[in-house]
Amino acid sequence: MHPKRKKRLYLIALMVAGVGIGIGLALNAFNDNLMFFYSPSEVVAGEAPSGHPIRVGGLVTNGSVKRQENGLTVLFDVTDNAETVTVEYTGILPDLFREGQGIVARGRLDTDGVFVAEEVLAKHDENYMPPEVADALQTAHQEGVEAAAQGSATQ
Amino acid sequence: MIRYLRYLVPLGIFAVLVAFLFRGLSLDPKLVPSPLVGKPMPAFSLTTLDDPGTTISDADIKGKVAVLNIWATWCVSCRAEHDVLLQLAQTGQVAIYGLNYKDNRADAKRWLRQLGDPYVANAFDEDGRVGIDWGVYGAPETFVIDPQGIIRHKHIGPLTTEVLQTQLLPLIAELKS
Amino acid sequence: MIPELGNFALVLGLTLALVLAVFPMIGSLNNTPGWVALARPAAWGQFFFVAVAFACLVYAFLADDFSVLYVSRNGNTQLPTLYKVSAVWGAHEGSLLLWALILSSWTVAVSLFARDLPAIVMARVLSVMGMISIGFVSFLLFTSNPFDRRFPVPAEGGDLNPLLQDFGLAVHPPMLYMGYVGLSVAFSFAIAALIGGKLDAAWARWSRPWTTVAWVFLTIGITLGSWWAYYELGWGGWWFWDPVENASFMPWLAGTALIHSLAVTEKRGAFKRWTVLLSLLAFSLSLLGTFLVRSGVLTSVHSFAADPERGLFILVFLCIVIGGSLALYAWRAPDVSGGGRFDMVSRETLLLGNNLLLIVITAFILLGTLAPLVYDALGWGKISVGFPWFTTMLIIFAPFMILLMGMAPLARWKHQDAGELLRQLRIAFLVSVGAGLVAALPLLHEGWSLWVGEAVMLSVWLAATLSIGLRQRLRNRKGLAGIWRDLRLKGSGSYYGMVMAHFGIAIFVIGVTVVTLFDVEKDLRMSPGETVELAGHAFLFEGVAAHRGPNYRSDLGTVRVYKGEREVAVLKPEKRTYLVQTKPMTEAGIDAGFTRDIYVSLGEALGGGDWSLRLYYKPLVRWIWLGGIFIALGGLLAASDKRYRMAVRRRASALARGGLAAEGRS
Repeated sequence: MHPKRKKRLYLIALMVAGVGIGIGLALNAFNDNLMFFYSPSEVVAGEAPSGHPIRVGGLVTNGSVKRQENGLTVLFDVTDNAETVTVEYTGILPDLFREGQGIVARGRLDTDGVFVAEEVLAKHDENYMPPEVADALQTAHQEGVEAAAQGSATQ
Repeated sequence: MIRYLRYLVPLGIFAVLVAFLFRGLSLDPKLVPSPLVGKPMPAFSLTTLDDPGTTISDADIKGKVAVLNIWATWCVSCRAEHDVLLQLAQTGQVAIYGLNYKDNRADAKRWLRQLGDPYVANAFDEDGRVGIDWGVYGAPETFVIDPQGIIRHKHIGPLTTEVLQTQLLPLIAELKS
Repeated sequence: MIPELGNFALVLGLTLALVLAVFPMIGSLNNTPGWVALARPAAWGQFFFVAVAFACLVYAFLADDFSVLYVSRNGNTQLPTLYKVSAVWGAHEGSLLLWALILSSWTVAVSLFARDLPAIVMARVLSVMGMISIGFVSFLLFTSNPFDRRFPVPAEGGDLNPLLQDFGLAVHPPMLYMGYVGLSVAFSFAIAALIGGKLDAAWARWSRPWTTVAWVFLTIGITLGSWWAYYELGWGGWWFWDPVENASFMPWLAGTALIHSLAVTEKRGAFKRWTVLLSLLAFSLSLLGTFLVRSGVLTSVHSFAADPERGLFILVFLCIVIGGSLALYAWRAPDVSGGGRFDMVSRETLLLGNNLLLIVITAFILLGTLAPLVYDALGWGKISVGFPWFTTMLIIFAPFMILLMGMAPLARWKHQDAGELLRQLRIAFLVSVGAGLVAALPLLHEGWSLWVGEAVMLSVWLAATLSIGLRQRLRNRKGLAGIWRDLRLKGSGSYYGMVMAHFGIAIFVIGVTVVTLFDVEKDLRMSPGETVELAGHAFLFEGVAAHRGPNYRSDLGTVRVYKGEREVAVLKPEKRTYLVQTKPMTEAGIDAGFTRDIYVSLGEALGGGDWSLRLYYKPLVRWIWLGGIFIALGGLLAASDKRYRMAVRRRASALARGGLAAEGRS
């Protein structure tokens, strides 16, 4: 092969390899940074991993918001009308956070089953709730209806 | 030939992208007709807005063509569509029932006093559980129900005169015949 | 009456867009001069009617005409006049009308300022822009008409979203749209070139100034948006990798690759197919962004009211425009002749490498933005892509880009002796590494910081290589007079524009790195009279009092900031509730500075006069937007170079014509 062409080939191979490594690293990091969403039912059923960053969302149960005496830690429950998960958050809650509203929290599930949130999101306005939460509520409702139908059928 | 195929790559990538975007649109609950359309309306029993001592249930709605409107005083779009509801009430074509969703009784009654009351009756759904049964994601949403109690149509978002003329009134007329 | 006039004007605008799209294009293919000549008047007519429609909507807002549905939703009698005007583009329908107006303006501008173009090419370019216009105006008329009426007429409007009642956010959409739409010019030029089959340096020369100006507007729009988010949203963040933000960043990246690629095609005739593809890609990303923001496919903090039916319309439009252009590319590009040859070590290679990196980054951002949709569509679950990933991805690729950015301006076209280049760079390399090491030391900050070291090294690398280039260029010019003479040379606008823009990147990199690594943030509960220490400052919380504004009521807090004994600032963070749209709004109290910002925002009342407060110390945060300003200015400098050349070219071509005529006579 012509020496110049050989040099060119080496250089191209080097560039491609370099970019390839970069792409590989980035894709690897991608997988680690994917955060899955779990509904309270899925969390209670044990489908959500512990200690790994995930998102959980649902409606804030009425009357469940409890503030600590000092500091900024607050505890509240989120539900999909089938199951409930307790969330613990230290910090300032977003403006649109309210009981009965849909929220999504990002954080980790600890060994006691409490969801320790690093961030609480109530992005939408009062009118609509986050689609993931809406979806979770629908699923829980449908499953509930099916279970009830089965229950009455077997009786 | 192979050389020419290389130029089709951008188009190919775009085609795959478009496939996902189309799928994404169809996943949006607002585009897909509600799974409740064509099914009997979910049963409920709530106190009326006016009087906590009286109850209203799905049985009261059956027997005629009816519209159920989900609304609340905290919802800006509900205010925007209120005039359209008054219009609809004035036509006398259909009985409009309201589901006051996650609201405050006093506020809701004041709102109706100030802005006009297009409703035959209002159910007071304080915690929103009945709304969940109806697959409500937020307010406002409007259902058209036939005399047998089957949900025939769901409209998400505020009603406009156009929606009234082109979708609701024709459907109501059809159901009545 | 006026709204009906506006609606009618839109219909006429659509008609003229149809004329513009059809006749000149067919005329250019069949060589019918009469039809080709229709392009310019049709473009003017289209602009006239769309402008009339826009004026009607502005009038409706100023006159508080709440019989118009759009005005009743977004206007209000108490709204200050400035915001009555900006409310015109505050929501979906009106912002689309603004898009249409800007598109028809750019169309007219091309017909006016690109006089050098042969009539056939001009006809094709204007035609393609007319086709895009058809899409937007018909979208307006059929699905999103801002002139729809409502009955009965409400006495008061719904009020503009308080978040939008702000100067920065009033100007942000027009800037962005100028950028998005401007990229359609490059797109149209590329389509015209593909149809004509002639892709040469002349095409690149026409395309370049238009693309650069569009890119400048995009830069300004993005910078404004980031700055606005910082001071308005109350959380101290300036970029969230939100789908809407990504929708503006991706065209910007593609645009950056495009302007560099155009330079190569213009100067050396190389990269022709690559440049054409980038021209198509940049505008396609603009359109894709429009789709993502308005269709409800992706959830975002600030997308427009989602409507899947409208989303479908846009998606079909996307398919026609992007699919059509890529199909045209696949058909015609193979016939384009190859361009200038260049060696392994040359400016062309370095620019190619940089373009490659820009495209890879764009692809990754697209991946991160669409991944939630893809996973959901395939039933793999509901995911969100974490913020850190985007940052990690940039950190992997950006340093290489900056390395190339330093080398390319010093390399020669076609062939650069590798040894000579390395010799030139040696001192810049040493200085950068040295500066990086010093910055990494635990002198100005606690502990070793490799990231700061890297950021400083990269920024100094840029500054040093720019200096070397400047020194070489001004080698023979003495003093200020010499520099002034150099500035007025042909081609220096491009050069100094590059210097300024790249310098802007250096400032930006330092700003981002320092504020990300060294910002201090504390959420805490404070009682009135309590003092807290943060980053060498003392924050005294004096309490919160009720306050009344023109169209809102609020809780107004007072925080005094001390450095040692001296009072540095009195901050007034606020929690507003607007009277009409009762959403709560957080107004931060900010003490801005060149070297740091001190930032305080209110959380909520905790009882007993106690409030939760968020305190920030943000070093060098303003350098982020300062960098953006430099980049935009650099682009303007570069674009202004071209216009000078146009006048010179015209003179030159006039002389040539005169010469030919003389020859013909003899």
